[in-house]
Amino acid sequence: MDLATEICGIELTGPVLNGSGTFDALAARKVFGQSLAERFPFDCYVSKTITMHPRPGNPPYRLWEAPSGMINSIGLPGPGLDGFLDNDLGRLAEIGVPLIVSVMADRVEDFEILVKRVADRDEVAGIELNVSCPNVHSGLIVGEQPSETEGLMRALRPITGKPLIVKLTPNVANPHEVALGAEAGGADAVSMINTVKAAAIDPTESRAWLGAGAGGLSGPAVRPIALAQVRAVSAAVEIPVIGMGGITDAESALDFILAGARVIAVGTESFRDPRAGEGVTAGLPAALRRRGFDTLAEAQSATLA
Amino acid sequence: MPADRAGRPESPRAPFGRRLCEVAESRVSGGYRLFTLVDEEGPAPAPGQFFMLAAAPDWTGEGGRPYLPRAISHARVVENPAGGLRLDFLIDEVGPGTARLGRMEPGEKCWLAGPFGGRFSLPRQLNPGAAGAILVGGGIGIAPMAVLRRELVDRGIPSRSLLGFRDQAHSGGVDELFGCEETRLAFEDGSSGHKGYVTDLLLQLLEGDDSGSAAIYSCGPPAMLEAVRQICLQREIPVELALESPMACGYGACFGCAVPKADGGYMRLCVDGPVVRGDEIATAMAGEPAVG
Repeated sequence: MDLATEICGIELTGPVLNGSGTFDALAARKVFGQSLAERFPFDCYVSKTITMHPRPGNPPYRLWEAPSGMINSIGLPGPGLDGFLDNDLGRLAEIGVPLIVSVMADRVEDFEILVKRVADRDEVAGIELNVSCPNVHSGLIVGEQPSETEGLMRALRPITGKPLIVKLTPNVANPHEVALGAEAGGADAVSMINTVKAAAIDPTESRAWLGAGAGGLSGPAVRPIALAQVRAVSAAVEIPVIGMGGITDAESALDFILAGARVIAVGTESFRDPRAGEGVTAGLPAALRRRGFDTLAEAQSATLA
Repeated sequence: MPADRAGRPESPRAPFGRRLCEVAESRVSGGYRLFTLVDEEGPAPAPGQFFMLAAAPDWTGEGGRPYLPRAISHARVVENPAGGLRLDFLIDEVGPGTARLGRMEPGEKCWLAGPFGGRFSLPRQLNPGAAGAILVGGGIGIAPMAVLRRELVDRGIPSRSLLGFRDQAHSGGVDELFGCEETRLAFEDGSSGHKGYVTDLLLQLLEGDDSGSAAIYSCGPPAMLEAVRQICLQREIPVELALESPMACGYGACFGCAVPKADGGYMRLCVDGPVVRGDEIATAMAGEPAVG
């Protein structure tokens, strides 16, 4: 079965992306060598979030295993914009799948610089905007406010014709309102969900386990939340939805497509199985047939009863 | 021999993905469990490397844990007569993941990914003046020390092993994993050998030694590793420590296994370690509550 599809004009060999920050393709290439290049597990690669300046990330501990999932507070460690453009982007382009670069800033001016400089590079097919950060001017988390999200998109939209994708947070009462703000501001797609705000207590000491105090929950534990939000958002907006949240296999991937996602992303499952994305792709034809679809497009256009 | 940046021999590279391996053996070894996996695909791991392990199919138990695979260093590797490798893992049942691994029965299957991370240096690479190696292991941390000791024996490099345990019941694996010669034991409860910490034995040994000819390797609980690190830093003795950290993936994807570097920032223990030089890191107790 041909699984070729597209997301906001980016042609894809299939509908399986990685969630930003869940697969370091350069580290994986170093660890696994040539066999990774020969069978890259995703149809499109989404980079970890790039910031203006290098960041060390959060102090340990950064992980906690939760029931059917995990909590992380990694803190966006990275080389900064210059380091990424000079050292990483060229090597990521060698993977041979379309590249989406995730960016984050705490002020519109920095977002503008990030989007311009990243979009200027031919290797980049699209840009994902991580808006889970406070705006230093307003103090508000951009992605929690429809008006902030719309305002940011209106500022960034004129900078590039390349697809701009807003990564939605699940930590709001009505994510579809934020999605509507993104759409009104000119976003080409939304991706969802980011992690669900979460905390863990040290089992032996009276303190928070995570070095940063709290973090975000991911894995199958969040899948039902993600499905509900994908369904609500895809019903509200015209732009396509990239669905993710605890996808482990083709069946759970298809759940997201039937809930309204056009394509899906595998995140935490890649930690358990480095080839999880490949496993989703391999299982999709059978999963589609089992539910009565002859093509991926039929499932993408199906509506839930 | 090809060498990595630090001048160590190159470490074997993991096949891409995880593979199902059969449990060949499982038994009590001292106060720990030891089980053997037959790996038909992977390269022979080097001392200090580790694997990500998860029982299959019944990994996640009641209550939804374990969920993530567990990072475990092998305690022994030998060729399997019928092909492939026999990998021994020593398990201390401290949580839901290690409890499940400790219950592995022959014939069961286990997901295995790796070997990951970089290996220990050889003594002359760690210290050009090294006459041999001193291995300092604590508790379950004797596993990578046993693998390193075996390699040193094969290479004809002399080594002395200092091993510490909470009590004698937890040292039952020593006889089969280490030769008795040149091995000294410490027990916190004084049930045998030296009463106290393994670091006491290290200090005694260093008193009579020329520090310039020492190369020290260690694996064990964070507090023990930090004590070994401080002893070595004070005496300017080169030391390599095999650390552990909460870790989701083992191959650089999750950025969860952060260890603070001596010069600021963090390293990813899975790809930049798990073997680190004592002077590379700010502490071997990252994330642990402050000792007071």
